[in-house]
Amino acid sequence: MFESSLKQMGAALRAKKISSVELTQSYLDRMAQLNPQLNAFITINPEMSLAQAKAADARLAAGNADALTGIPIAQKDIFCAKDWLTTCGSKMLHNFVSPYDAHVISQFNNAGAINLGKTNMDEFAMGSSNETSYYGPVKNPWDTARVPGGSSGGTAAAVAARLCAAATGTDTGGSIRQPAALCGISGLKPTYGVVSRYGMIAFASSLDQAGPMGRSAEDLALMMNVMAGFDERDSTSLQCDKEDYTRDLNKPLASLRIGLPKEFFAEGMGSDVAKAIEAAIAEYKKLGATIVDISLPNSKLSVPVYYVLAPAEASSNLSRFDGVRYGYRAPEYSDLADMYEKSRAQGFGAEVQRRIMIGTYVLSHGYYDAYYIKAQRIRRLIAQDFVEAYKQCDVIMGPTSPSTAFKLGEKGDDPVQMYLSDIYTIAVNLAGLPGMSIPCGFGDNNMPVGLQIIGNYFDEARMLNVAHQYQLATDWHSRAPQL
Amino acid sequence: MIPYQPCLNIVFAMSLTTQDVEKVARLARLAMSPSEIETARTQLNGIFGLIAEMQAVDTDGVEPMSHSQDLAQRLREDKVTESNQREAFQAIAPQVEQGLFLVPKVIE
Repeated sequence: MFESSLKQMGAALRAKKISSVELTQSYLDRMAQLNPQLNAFITINPEMSLAQAKAADARLAAGNADALTGIPIAQKDIFCAKDWLTTCGSKMLHNFVSPYDAHVISQFNNAGAINLGKTNMDEFAMGSSNETSYYGPVKNPWDTARVPGGSSGGTAAAVAARLCAAATGTDTGGSIRQPAALCGISGLKPTYGVVSRYGMIAFASSLDQAGPMGRSAEDLALMMNVMAGFDERDSTSLQCDKEDYTRDLNKPLASLRIGLPKEFFAEGMGSDVAKAIEAAIAEYKKLGATIVDISLPNSKLSVPVYYVLAPAEASSNLSRFDGVRYGYRAPEYSDLADMYEKSRAQGFGAEVQRRIMIGTYVLSHGYYDAYYIKAQRIRRLIAQDFVEAYKQCDVIMGPTSPSTAFKLGEKGDDPVQMYLSDIYTIAVNLAGLPGMSIPCGFGDNNMPVGLQIIGNYFDEARMLNVAHQYQLATDWHSRAPQL
Repeated sequence: MIPYQPCLNIVFAMSLTTQDVEKVARLARLAMSPSEIETARTQLNGIFGLIAEMQAVDTDGVEPMSHSQDLAQRLREDKVTESNQREAFQAIAPQVEQGLFLVPKVIE
């Protein structure tokens, strides 16, 4: 049952072969058994999950169930969920029981899905290994000495270990795709503006985007049907028609043109990763796709541009954490300024403080043009590269991450080394394009490799089609770690 | 506004000093000990070394891009949409009294 697709689970629930309470309880039992070694969840609340399951069973009995009614879905702890502790991986929010629901949470609630728990993450989504969480690092289910990637590492580990049917993530510079790759699961970052950011704790607002993480492209399509859509409470939510993301899953790939950016296949990629990616491209050729060589000449600048823009936006967003209205307040202080400074110094971890410092500096008087505006100009050059590329191809493919999962503590104290692990994913956020990662084999030490599929704006249905056809022809996505 | 080119020379000929880092920590409202300032200085200089790659790029005539869709901010009707939830919000506040958020005295 833990290997059933969302479609199969939904059918079993509607056919009364299993109740949502039974399904939810079996996941809770599995979590109780396996989560202690993985640390994939920050908060588990069986009482609240089972109450939702009971309500879902009533809805199933009444015959008005939706596709995901009764299915247990885990939520990244960046989404505010009413009456749930919502920490964003930080000590700053160690006591924040949210008084309201994020849009994504309401969408799942309206669909009758079960909130199975809040998944662990890098603090305020700043990290690529899940080691910056105040609640301890998440372990990769394929090898618990290794990282699951980040920042949605708890979600990726939970899905890979079958501790939930599917789960949510968020992606500012690769935080859905990189952990999906490192844990051998599928993940989709939609076009910027497709999923509402309301109630999703902000990191870098012009880049943040929520998306689904699951075991297959078909599961992601069903999740997207719930998550996507206009929401007036997010000023950057796009007014698009509601779409059915499953509509193109079964289209043949005969006329598909796949662009391979030469910059993604240059130095820097591990040879084990390269081998798996080349095999995946060969499989796509067998499925009828044509390969086109393309170039994204400015993509190499995406890491420096990102490390100006994202910290700048973060330093502004995180100024709201002041110990006054909610969250952590230092136990001792002399005056108001001292209260702010001590609460923030004690409430934020080292990586978050580092990024606030970078952001504060690049936005400060005298440096704004040289750093912030300069980065925004290069951001346009990076985005234009993709516009040119899509004149020649339908989707772009390459590696998601330069290496497979590295060991806990391996990247040590040098933040620059960690930042470079997002080298293939960041340009997609800067351009606002949709991107996904699907499992495409195993590299050294039997660790999963992810294939990145980058689509044109609003082309999620096609990307899911491209991924689904590959998953019909291969079985990498159905491999599960031994636990 | 500072002229572009001279500003660049100032920024990239130097690395951050202890005083620079202290000033940034103050602006960011982060209490830092002298040893934390030194660690931050080393790491920030490493990160700014990475960021410095940007300066070699010719961006003359390129418009800054702040949002991927280049759309104007959507406006909403000027009407009240939220109800008062003071009790729910103050239930999670560090310190409240008689419906007010308490902070250290600001004005003597």
